[in-house]
Amino acid sequence: MITLQSYLTLSAILFAIGIIGIIINRKNIIIILMCTELILLAVNFNFVAFSYFNQDYTGQIFVFFILTVAAAEAAIGLAILVALYRNNESIDVDKLTALKE
Amino acid sequence: MYQLSLIALLAPLCGALLAAAFGKSLGKWFTNSVTIIGVLVSLIISTLLLSILIEDSSQVLNQSIYTWMKIGELEFQLGFLIDNLTASMMFVVSFVSLMVHIYTIGYMKDDPGYHRFFSYISLFTFSMLSLLMANNFLQLFFGWEAVGVMSYLLIGFWYTKASAIKANFKAFIINRVGDFSLLLGIALLFANLGTLDYISIFNSAESLSNISIPISGSLNVSVITLSCILLFGGAMGKSAQMPLHVWLPDSMEGPTPISALIHAATMVTAGVFMLARMSPLYELSASALSFVLIVGATTALFTGFLGLVQTDIKRVIAYSTLSQLGYMIVAAGVSAYSASLFHLMTHAFFKALLFLAAGSVIVALHHQQDIRKMGGLYRYLPFTYVTSVIGTLALIGFPGFSGFFSKDAIIEAVHHSNIFGSNYAYVAVLVGVFVTALYSFRLLFIVFHGEDKFKNDDIKEPSLSIVIPLILLAIPSALIAWPTIGPMVFGEFFANSIIQASAYDLFGFQFTNPTDFLFHSLDSPVIYIATLGFITAFYLYIVKPDLPLKISEYFRPIHNLLLEKYYFDYLIEKVIGQSFKKIGNVFWTIGDIRIIDDTLVNGIGRNINKISSKFKKVQTGYIYHYAFMMILSLSLFLGWIIFTSIEKT
Repeated sequence: MITLQSYLTLSAILFAIGIIGIIINRKNIIIILMCTELILLAVNFNFVAFSYFNQDYTGQIFVFFILTVAAAEAAIGLAILVALYRNNESIDVDKLTALKE
Repeated sequence: MYQLSLIALLAPLCGALLAAAFGKSLGKWFTNSVTIIGVLVSLIISTLLLSILIEDSSQVLNQSIYTWMKIGELEFQLGFLIDNLTASMMFVVSFVSLMVHIYTIGYMKDDPGYHRFFSYISLFTFSMLSLLMANNFLQLFFGWEAVGVMSYLLIGFWYTKASAIKANFKAFIINRVGDFSLLLGIALLFANLGTLDYISIFNSAESLSNISIPISGSLNVSVITLSCILLFGGAMGKSAQMPLHVWLPDSMEGPTPISALIHAATMVTAGVFMLARMSPLYELSASALSFVLIVGATTALFTGFLGLVQTDIKRVIAYSTLSQLGYMIVAAGVSAYSASLFHLMTHAFFKALLFLAAGSVIVALHHQQDIRKMGGLYRYLPFTYVTSVIGTLALIGFPGFSGFFSKDAIIEAVHHSNIFGSNYAYVAVLVGVFVTALYSFRLLFIVFHGEDKFKNDDIKEPSLSIVIPLILLAIPSALIAWPTIGPMVFGEFFANSIIQASAYDLFGFQFTNPTDFLFHSLDSPVIYIATLGFITAFYLYIVKPDLPLKISEYFRPIHNLLLEKYYFDYLIEKVIGQSFKKIGNVFWTIGDIRIIDDTLVNGIGRNINKISSKFKKVQTGYIYHYAFMMILSLSLFLGWIIFTSIEKT
């Protein structure tokens, strides 16, 4: 029998991978986008797990919404990326330091 | 009656404002007619008030007309106190002012500042009237300051002239010293009595002589003495008593009508007027009176000497003004306020006359003021000459002329007085008579007699508007004393405004009529001393004109001392001025530059820069740094919330 703890542990691991991915990634901005997706999925995972163990399907409805929004967000994010690339000819995270000024 | 007073006060103000607002567009004729009408209205009303008061001296008006502001118990009011003192002063001021207005038409006719000048002198008249008509110290102080401001503006009327600017600055600052003292005196009275109203202060002044305040250590002085001396400090500034006299000779930089108006007849008499007005206070303090007496006597004598060496026609008269003001102060010092005011009145007429005559000479010679370049002018300027002679005779106290009566009354009073310092004052005023005669005739002889230096020039009497005031002033200069000396000095004329001992106690003889007075004074040395002065002047400047130069060579140190005006200017400029400059420098470098500029103003900005330059290093621009900070702080907050909620349960 797989317990709730196992699900939550997996979700925590996914979340941590996502965060570490954001923080230590120095190269590609697409990886940051993927990592945010990963964080969202970790949250979704929690939702589904809780909804299953509590016998309450509201959580799963939330997951659908989050997935939809995440898809839209990913589309926008990629569009921004394309625009960024056109302007900078690079998607290197280390070179995107405009905020400093 | 108070409506009348109000009109008398405001008429010159209206004239001044109209002249200032519309003078340029409506022309000279408009300017001088509105201002002259304004002053004329004042003169007529003053005459009216004076006649009402002469008929019935109980008709004194003491009324507050407007409450300016009210703070708790304290009320600041505007009001009038019109009694014989005020009314007679108003008459003198508006009369002389009117003469000066008329005279100015001729004197300033080519000046580009014509409108400004008329506006100023009318405003000046307004200021002086408000000083005179006040019934409380606040209004007195207002008038006092307004007069100071107007004199500042008028002395510096030719504002492109560097010396005029220096002179008006000097006048203003020296007056400020006196005004500060006056303000302290008022504050002291107010602190002890809680009111600014004249009458209530006079009524409760008696109680002040019992209160004493410590000056230093065990030295105590009664409030009444201290406040009287402080008030007199104000009078010293305005009436140019030593050592605050230095501004008056320099103020001759202004146009001549101003010298006549301000520095002979009105403004400088404010101090004398104030002493008379405060007579109920001064009578309570013998030490304050002694102080007044000694200062006055010193001024009367020593400024007279200075007149002997001056070469500027107006400065000679200015020093004679100082000396005569000294006489008035001396009279107040021996409690003979009526004699002081009487001399004030006669002096206003003959000194205005002398100044305007000097102005007439200056105009005729195309603004030449150096007497060494004049001579033999009586051939060309007969009217000016005759009126100058009348003014000079009045000034030196020639028997029968107005100055004779007023000066003699003062000297009699000093002779008869026995308060501390009166012996010194007596000697000072007697020597002063000699000096007065000497410098007056020196001026007259050098300017009008002697070698004719203008044979080839076309010199003629200036226009009618200059000559008419001369004649109108010459008449009272000669004759005003005959009808007025009886009531004013020896009678009850000032009974409703001045507190002083009876005439017999003050002057030591019974007055019957002016002729008697004239013969009585033949017993005193005054006339003989004046004659001696005349003879000396005649000998030095007519018989042997080379002699003065030799004398001045022989007594070079003394001559230099006089030329340098006893080094008062030097003292004030180099010693007092410099030390204040040093103190100012300390405040400037430490207080202003270091504390305010460096620390407060620039310091704040600089420190913000410094701190932010450290903080801005946090902003790396790397996305993962921001993300890390966000996550870190998010988890910290979350952790904090969770931990606190765990502790609660």
